[in-house]
Amino acid sequence: MVNSRQTGKSRQRRDRAIQFFFFCVALASITTLAIIVVFLFMEGLPIFSKVSVHDFLFGRYWYPTDEPPDFGIFPLIVASIAVTVVSAVISIPLGVLTALYLAESASARLREWVKPIVELLAALPSVVIGFFGMVIVAPFLQEILDIPTGLNLFNAALMLAFMSIPTICSISEDAIFSVPIELKEASLALGATHWETIARVILPASISGICTAIILGMSRAIGETMVVLMVAGGAAMMPTSIFNPVRPMPASIAAEMGEAPFRGDHYYALFATAIVLFAFTLLLTWWQITSPPNTGRLGPQPCEGD
Amino acid sequence: MKLKTCWILSLAAALCLTANMVLAGTLVIKGSTTVLPIAQKVAEIYMKQHPDVKISISGGGSGNGIKALIDGSTDIADSSRFIKPKEVKLAVENGEYPVPFAVAYDCIVPVVHPSNSVMNFTLAQLKAIYKGEVKNWKEMGGPDRPIVVISRDTSSGTYEVWSKKVMNKERVFPGALLQASNGAIVQAVSKNKNAIGYIGFGYMDKSVKALMVDEVVGSEETTLNGTYPISRPLYMFTRGWPKGDTLKFINFVVHPQKGQKYVSEAGYVPLY
Repeated sequence: MVNSRQTGKSRQRRDRAIQFFFFCVALASITTLAIIVVFLFMEGLPIFSKVSVHDFLFGRYWYPTDEPPDFGIFPLIVASIAVTVVSAVISIPLGVLTALYLAESASARLREWVKPIVELLAALPSVVIGFFGMVIVAPFLQEILDIPTGLNLFNAALMLAFMSIPTICSISEDAIFSVPIELKEASLALGATHWETIARVILPASISGICTAIILGMSRAIGETMVVLMVAGGAAMMPTSIFNPVRPMPASIAAEMGEAPFRGDHYYALFATAIVLFAFTLLLTWWQITSPPNTGRLGPQPCEGD
Repeated sequence: MKLKTCWILSLAAALCLTANMVLAGTLVIKGSTTVLPIAQKVAEIYMKQHPDVKISISGGGSGNGIKALIDGSTDIADSSRFIKPKEVKLAVENGEYPVPFAVAYDCIVPVVHPSNSVMNFTLAQLKAIYKGEVKNWKEMGGPDRPIVVISRDTSSGTYEVWSKKVMNKERVFPGALLQASNGAIVQAVSKNKNAIGYIGFGYMDKSVKALMVDEVVGSEETTLNGTYPISRPLYMFTRGWPKGDTLKFINFVVHPQKGQKYVSEAGYVPLY
């Protein structure tokens, strides 16, 4: 009796210790994030004593090392958005349609083969994709389309699409595959064709999962550095066509941070650019979190009209 | 009990490591990627001759090297530009007085695709191209093709020299492509018939064609006698007047028969 109570106490103590341990582990990543954010703002905000927020965000010229310098990141913001949007236009149809095919049409054996291969695409280091874009795709685009340079917005978007397709495809496929079989069977039993079932039942039922996939894919694209540094061309100007060279924010930070004088205005301006980039990814993440959970959309509504 | 043994063991290991570090002299070199090949080559030979000294070298850019010198995390900072007044001020505030040593010369050459027929540009022509005033090779005596202007990131030492010697501090137009390294410029120019870029003499290879500037070929001779217009000295900065291993290493680097021999091997122009 006494013995068992002791064991009980020691077990409780161990339980608490383990709980505390996991609490610390969870805290570690949150603390790290907090420290990074504080650091980001500490190093970025001083620039706004030199240039107003409006001039920084909407200034057309980025000449950080001139005397006097110009710190306008508007072309960089436009470039980041443009590259992300164009890459989304390429990667969303490809990723989602591949996912639909894999989850709905492909045989189980084919699915077992193709899915890991698509996911393997995500394992390619970004510098390899960037190098591919620079050495193979750029001269090819330039030759085929007869444009001045192959290092441009379109090439960068294409390479980013390569990188976000695995994310979009893999997560959408999981969402589509997890649609309850009863829904599909009910739809088919009501006389809907396979295509009608996919378009009216399966897609609506898995749409929030697909949205999550798309947002994750886009977050990856907007924050990606190496690829845009290597293939976007890097001209800090407003693009007028998708074949213009552009300089997205991460490329600018990566290219210039190494040589920017420590705690100089240029250094602060680059950190402030990073704050803007952080705001963008935060917005995307916030959008993803607030999009309704998958189960909320499950239901027969799409078929009601039939 | 087990935990205790573990602690003691790791403590002993840590002690051994620090003891080793104290016994063998260590030298940390950080900074410009332009000076990096020189530092690597010379350090390799130096370590062979002085096995008791360990030298760790990393790039990261002139600014980063000087930054490391200021906060005391490096012994020598490589730099492709002279230290800025702001940086000297920061260093002195931190109690470190940076001392410069010129270790080599670099000459910056404009490069085009090998198929380009243009041979020579004047400084004024280069400036017009980089200001975006001239947009077609036709206007420069070449074929009817658009000029794709490739420049370096505005904070690189190479850009700084270009902006001082060619642009006279005027701005490179925003439509110029940006590459983050000499190697990337070679890569981009060699793949594009329309391109013009500029690189350090050390990165010149067969895949691109160097242009003469004001009828002068960029070479060791023209850099040293001062006739080639786009050249600059490269520096190593030390924390205060160098002592001990740092002094020995700097002496080795600037010695005409020792370090300087390898400067030309690394593709730069030696001091003598």
